[in-house]
Amino acid sequence: MPVLQLSNISKHFGAIQAVNDVSLSIEPGEVVGLMGDNGAGKSTLVKMIAGNYRPSHGSMQLEGKEIVMHRPVEARQHGIEIVHQDLALCDNLTAAANVFLGREMRKWMGPVQILNYPAMYKRAAQIFAELKSETRPRDLVKQMSGGQRQAVAIARTRLSNAKLVLMDEPTAAISVRQVAEVLNLIRQLRDQGIAVVLISHRMPDVFSVADRIIVLRRGRKVADKKIVATSPEEVTGLITGAIEQVS
Amino acid sequence: MSTMTTALEKTIEQRQQSWLAEKLGSQTFWVFIALVCACVFLYYATDSFGTQKNIYNITRNVTFVAIIALGMTLVIITGGIDLSVGSVLVLCSMVLGVTMHAGYGIEVGIAAAIAASLAVGFVHGILIAYVGMPSFVVTLATLSIARSLAMVASGNTVVFQFGPDHELLLALGGGAISFEAFGRVIEVAHPVIYMIILALITGFVLRWTRFGRYVYAIGGNEHAATLTGVPVRPIKVAVYMISSLSAGVAGIVQTGWLGAITTNIGTGLELQVIAAAVIGGAALSGGVGTATGALIGAALIEVIRNSLGLLGINAFWQGCFIGGAILFAVSFERIRNFRQQE
Repeated sequence: MPVLQLSNISKHFGAIQAVNDVSLSIEPGEVVGLMGDNGAGKSTLVKMIAGNYRPSHGSMQLEGKEIVMHRPVEARQHGIEIVHQDLALCDNLTAAANVFLGREMRKWMGPVQILNYPAMYKRAAQIFAELKSETRPRDLVKQMSGGQRQAVAIARTRLSNAKLVLMDEPTAAISVRQVAEVLNLIRQLRDQGIAVVLISHRMPDVFSVADRIIVLRRGRKVADKKIVATSPEEVTGLITGAIEQVS
Repeated sequence: MSTMTTALEKTIEQRQQSWLAEKLGSQTFWVFIALVCACVFLYYATDSFGTQKNIYNITRNVTFVAIIALGMTLVIITGGIDLSVGSVLVLCSMVLGVTMHAGYGIEVGIAAAIAASLAVGFVHGILIAYVGMPSFVVTLATLSIARSLAMVASGNTVVFQFGPDHELLLALGGGAISFEAFGRVIEVAHPVIYMIILALITGFVLRWTRFGRYVYAIGGNEHAATLTGVPVRPIKVAVYMISSLSAGVAGIVQTGWLGAITTNIGTGLELQVIAAAVIGGAALSGGVGTATGALIGAALIEVIRNSLGLLGINAFWQGCFIGGAILFAVSFERIRNFRQQE
């Protein structure tokens, strides 16, 4: 059974048709690359899955159950986690504090609940070890490399039992070595049975990590192919419109 | 594979900086050292600095700026500013004075003054967090409005009679507790006790509660805080209410100490309070600041003021020394940043 299934999803803003009749499904442990030029509808589609927008038409099913979301918090409750393009990190806080931001672990001390620092450091360390990332929970995010910052943002998705992780341009602004680190993080998520949607402009990254590739152009889905059955040249053609559509 | 895993786990367990190194690198620590050096110097250079009377005065004088600096530090950590504290102080003093002068008891007077401060802070919070106006502008407006309201409430007269609980109010702010230690009687002014209690509460809240964590998060990256589900707007409202509350509390205590209220008390106080917070390590860009820092900053300013008098230096120089202290304190932070960039 697919983790997420979109059926004939459309979204329009006034007269502008941002997403037009898109259907797709994502299986557990699958990495799907979502590609398309600027304005192709990637962001709009992702924002619908993340609960920021409600579709104008169509339906969304999570593990076979129909879901309707009004706010991003509801997506998180359904097990959909988002790694934002700017990572949404607070530089002045430690890695552990960022991982648990908005979901702090607390314990009772007399009549008040206080932050449970040891438990949060321990859990964050476990997650970083699982992700095979050299990221120290007690260090300030300010001092971290691009790859470590990604690890902190991705570690957030491991707090809950996420079924689906949406990653928005995770490799856009980091060094070559850090890109390799981030792609490894994505493989770690996949190996734990989590489905990943990777939104990216970078063809080599998508081809090295994704199992399947979906191309959007002008709000429509123009391709949905196994990575082994396509090539960067074909995908480029699909993105630009040189190739009209493939089935 | 197993050796690799343990190597990774070891790296994760480490910290970049030890606790001690972190403290040694902080601006608050160096300002504290400067404060201690100044006190040691003054102790030997003057006859009167170390007297019990002088220390009693310094510790009491510091409290009014220090108490407000605690609230201000919270606002500054979120990346905002509260310029209205001096006017809120006089407004709350007047509400207290006028209420008690009219014959009500001290409980009613204090409740009214606290309610007035919370109301001002609530308006700040709503306008800043929900309407989206800049904190500088909103509190600049209430800087003007609150003092004006204080004048309206009192008819711009001096209030010095506080009804049936007159003596109680004076004892609250002007009294002291004395105890015996080191073979002599030591007196500690009441306001000092309030300051210590409030500082402990503020420090605890910032370090140990989820609210404190969110205050830092908002100052670090407000957008990120919103995306991760932090209730940014209610927290900002609370922070501005706490800032006004601290000004209100300082106003109540100060009224008890002075025994009279004029409508010009607290004029220019906001700048002293902001100076104390900044000297103590709060960053106006947000995300950084501590309760201890607020106390140390306020103490340094008071020691400078006190020492100029004792050393026989013209009081007109006071502004130069306090301004110098601000630049001195902030330069530490800059030097550290330069070093990190290299």
